[in-house]
Amino acid sequence: MTSRYALRAIALGYLGLLVAGPVAMMLWATFSGGVASVWEAIARPAFLHALWLTLLIAAIVVPLNTLFGILCALVVVRHDVRGKRLLSALLDLPLGVSPVVVGLALVIVYGRRGAFGGWLAEHGVRVIFALPGMVLATLFVCIPFVAREVIPVLREIGTEQEQAARTLGASDWQIFRLITLPAIRAGVGFGVVLTAARALGEYGAVAIVSGRLTGRTETLTIHVEERFLAFDMTGAYAASLVLAALALTIFFAMHARRPAPRGGR
Amino acid sequence: MGITVRHLRKTYDGFRALDDVSVEVPDGSLTALLGPSGSGKSTLLQAIAGLEAPDSGEVLIDGQIANALPPRERHVGFVFQHYAAFKHMTVRDNVGFGLRVRKRPKAEIRVRVDELLHLVQLDGYAERYPAQLSGGQRQRMALARALAVEPRVLLLDEPFGALDARVREELRGWLRRLHDEVHVTTVLVTHDQEEAMEIASRIVVMNQGRVEQSGTPTELYEHPATEFVMSFVGKVNRVGDAYIRPHEVVICSPDRDDCLPATVDRAVMLGFDNRIELTLQGGERVWAQVTRQEMARLTPFPGQVVGVDLSRRRRPGAAEAASTSPEGAAIAAAGAIRRDRHPE
Repeated sequence: MTSRYALRAIALGYLGLLVAGPVAMMLWATFSGGVASVWEAIARPAFLHALWLTLLIAAIVVPLNTLFGILCALVVVRHDVRGKRLLSALLDLPLGVSPVVVGLALVIVYGRRGAFGGWLAEHGVRVIFALPGMVLATLFVCIPFVAREVIPVLREIGTEQEQAARTLGASDWQIFRLITLPAIRAGVGFGVVLTAARALGEYGAVAIVSGRLTGRTETLTIHVEERFLAFDMTGAYAASLVLAALALTIFFAMHARRPAPRGGR
Repeated sequence: MGITVRHLRKTYDGFRALDDVSVEVPDGSLTALLGPSGSGKSTLLQAIAGLEAPDSGEVLIDGQIANALPPRERHVGFVFQHYAAFKHMTVRDNVGFGLRVRKRPKAEIRVRVDELLHLVQLDGYAERYPAQLSGGQRQRMALARALAVEPRVLLLDEPFGALDARVREELRGWLRRLHDEVHVTTVLVTHDQEEAMEIASRIVVMNQGRVEQSGTPTELYEHPATEFVMSFVGKVNRVGDAYIRPHEVVICSPDRDDCLPATVDRAVMLGFDNRIELTLQGGERVWAQVTRQEMARLTPFPGQVVGVDLSRRRRPGAAEAASTSPEGAAIAAAGAIRRDRHPE
């Protein structure tokens, strides 16, 4: 009995020390200067632009990576093609590579002196220090989440339900829409949550390709650092709180939507 | 609608799943594909359904070559061993799936699903989810789902394989009655010879990707064409290079000339049919299947010396060895003629 309580105390204490404590401290620090100064911080145009840019990037990245994540998972699990293992390895690459390296790689390719960037610049397209580069960087670091959640679910459900649907006269699209997609929905949902959380919180890769131009290419995470370095603690804390609140909202929205698990075959 | 399979071949990574298989499934029949695992029976069923493409050979459904047709255009109903229930749909949506993807009106689907649920005795289960049904109920749901699209052919892949013995027995009888009611040409894959004998009007015995023999259950039992069929269909004793069914082993007096001396090892009471295990003088072991009455008359005990009459032993495909009666010769001749008709 006592050991069970001890175990719980350790688990809760660990999380409390590392997560709840700092968050509570931040909350307290944010409002220590009064509500008015917080309001002032989040009404500033630079903050509002950073918020808008962050949401815009997430709004582009999440649907794209969801679509391609499902596609990649289907190829890895259902198709018998050459290079399948390479594809599977590539899906994991962003987890192993530091975001800073990703950012630098993008600069090498798309920068003005880069292999591809020079040509693009001649045609008036700016990638680095602009939105396209930031979207590319976020896309890259978010690649694994949907596919890695969906692949084990696809493996587990097998092909029998799809074959049954086929013999009953369903077309490929009908099979995907009516059988496969509902079966992997929970996996996709969790992948979307992880992708959104990462897209909102990405710092390293985006910081390098954005050029940190306040009011132009500054996302919320970069804005937090910029305020922090400018000794505007209230501004930094307020922006951090908004970031945390966004992530929590997405997280809870997905959990509420997930159906209660049903057992059995 | 009848099915004809001609010279079908299918190889997976060098493994011959189907090796020149030809099968005839008569219109309206209930035919069993019987064989051990790896004999090619499931591959054959999937080739008929269009879920597997054969390397060569032809599948004809209702006289038309169906090789190039995708599954959806073959009008077959397929029932899987593990039900393949659509877990996220209610029983009603499962059964109505084939009609829904064919864009039939909702009201019509509703009426048809209710009819089918009644047919498979699942009235009142329409709004449940598959996880809330027992294995037997799920398989009946899968059957209703396959029947909903009015298939020309019903294909069942080990449909009772995942169920426990009692439910399996119950569903066998039920399937037989259902077939009498619906009359759709049905092909059933099974590795259980008792199941095949009980349900099917015709049996195709398969082994190592080939057809060993096809015929009615009686033909296979009475006149097995090969050693494999003899040992796979029904129980059998091997004596030298000949075979004898346990019920054909007659216990007699040891001093009769036509009887071989043997020692009783064990007598097992099982109810109606009982077994007496014996060792022949040469050390070979056989068992005899005897009725309760006979058991009471013989009162065998371990160590007892008795005689056994093995005169009905025979080699598969040959006329019964010791049978000299006109009746036996006639049966053997009939068997030979039948085998000529089925050169597989």
